[in-house]
Amino acid sequence: MTARQSTTLTRRLDRFLTGHAWLVYLFFYLPILVLIVFSFNESRFFTWEALSLRWYRQMFANDNLMAALWVSLQVATISTIVSTVLGTAAALALERYKRWLGKRTFDALLYLPVIIPDVTMAAMLLVFFTSLGQQLSITTIVLSHIAFNISFVSIVVRARLANLDPSLEEAAADLYAGRWQAFRKVTLPLIMPGVLGGALLALTLSLDDVVITQFVKGPDTLPTFVFGLIKRGVTPEINAVSTLMLTASVVLVLSSLALQRKK
Amino acid sequence: MTTPAVGIRGVTKRFGDVVAVDNIDLDITDGEFFSLLGPSGCGKTTTLRMIAGLEYPTEGSITIHGEEMGLRPPNKRPVNTVFQSYALFPHMTVAGNVAFGLQMQKISEDETNRRVGEAIDLVRLSGMENRRPGMLSGGQQQRVALARALVNRPEVLLLDEPLGALDLKLRQAMQLELKEIQREVGITFVYVTHDQEEALTMSDRIAVMNDGQLLQVAPSEEIYERPNTRFVAEFIGETNLITGTVSEPGVVKLEDGSLVRARTHSAAGTAVTLNLRPEKIDLHNTEETIPEHFNKLSGTISRRLYFGDSLFYEVNFGHTIVDAREENRPGRQRFEEGAPIVAAFHPDSAQALTE
Repeated sequence: MTARQSTTLTRRLDRFLTGHAWLVYLFFYLPILVLIVFSFNESRFFTWEALSLRWYRQMFANDNLMAALWVSLQVATISTIVSTVLGTAAALALERYKRWLGKRTFDALLYLPVIIPDVTMAAMLLVFFTSLGQQLSITTIVLSHIAFNISFVSIVVRARLANLDPSLEEAAADLYAGRWQAFRKVTLPLIMPGVLGGALLALTLSLDDVVITQFVKGPDTLPTFVFGLIKRGVTPEINAVSTLMLTASVVLVLSSLALQRKK
Repeated sequence: MTTPAVGIRGVTKRFGDVVAVDNIDLDITDGEFFSLLGPSGCGKTTTLRMIAGLEYPTEGSITIHGEEMGLRPPNKRPVNTVFQSYALFPHMTVAGNVAFGLQMQKISEDETNRRVGEAIDLVRLSGMENRRPGMLSGGQQQRVALARALVNRPEVLLLDEPLGALDLKLRQAMQLELKEIQREVGITFVYVTHDQEEALTMSDRIAVMNDGQLLQVAPSEEIYERPNTRFVAEFIGETNLITGTVSEPGVVKLEDGSLVRARTHSAAGTAVTLNLRPEKIDLHNTEETIPEHFNKLSGTISRRLYFGDSLFYEVNFGHTIVDAREENRPGRQRFEEGAPIVAAFHPDSAQALTE
């Protein structure tokens, strides 16, 4: 094969791969695009009529939906705060204290919620709550969300801690800082991007979760409410809700990534 | 006798099955520049970390100015450390880093500002107060680390290979500067290094360590001129180790039967190793030019290397090959490879070692 032939072939391959990539993007994002576009459609059906905020108005007028949103926000806020504190503490224990009884077991178990299927986790939690005689309520949703969020927070924080020179904390101790001061003045500011990134991830996961919440819920959260609506048929109102949730998720995930990348 | 700045008594440190420091005793005098010197893994850094309180001895006791340190945490000890990696706080400015220790001790703001200014002057970093460590060169970071420790006026300053990350020229400049700063502040410096030249240049006394043990503790000159073991002789500078046996007091018989006068207190029949530094050997064409009381050994030049400031010869004596170094001075005779020569050295220059 001549050199010219081979460059032509490379160029053709390049073009094919670029085209392929665009097709994949189209496959991923076209449904989302359709959903967003139709959330602004006046008509109830999938035929374009006119630009309208009708479905957004209807969404905000829907008391049940607003109640579900309120539950979601409460669950997300509380579970994020608690899991961020506990997840950070777990990361510190695993990364900074080299030898303690049961460390390896704890290390392995901590990541279980990330690995096992949501359905399994959901069924386990449901069995757990009912065996304790615990009434399913907003509390059980919060507890469940904390349970899986701790893992995600600690993974993110640990990655940050692993890159932190341990002699920085020794230097703080050498310079008369007690343990708490060393943590507050040196460790925490330096792992803060990781902690905030973990918190935003936890917030996103909590706001998005359907499967686990469906099993342990008392009141509906926004995702389970939407899921319930779909069973009765798709209305453009769902498009509006979905667009809103999508926007919130994208913003949260992007902020989380930006924070984790921060030096 | 005055109380030592640091007193180490029967200190052993084990990490699992590994003995990092093996039952050492050591007194570091107040105000001296003391170096812990040894190859990596010899236990020198572990010893330093035990003085700092970053590790605790498995056995034994450490005192600072007579006060038992026991399990006292690092923040309660009157010592400060300059870390090998500098360990500067990246989220604080130079001034913030230097002020950290004083703020933790709740020193008033006025005094903190004054002392931070003085410390930054001392290490010649004025004008850099508001920079972050990430914006400084290696040498500048090193000075910040030094100022951050010295500003607290510790009773003992601990330095863990602080110049290891700098290039040669900067390292040599910093050696002199560190020594000057130590004289100026008068604080006891305990300096860990694996660089023997650095230790010789800067220290009042040196402790040579290997395998967790102290081999020799002595002033720099004595360490070089009178090492007490083969290990110390070889670790410090370049040397020739020639095996032989004491034939009568002060005389050692080499493997080929030739006799040399040497510094030895061993009884006749003792197997010894002669420690003979390359620069202590003079090369001559004939015996006639050699003073009477010098040792004379005949051999041939097997290799010559030109070092600029000196010439390096490998001299073959048949039973052994010895390195000799001659300064490159005007009028000095040069010898060609293959030339027969007579090597001469003073009896005091050959030291018989038994360990």
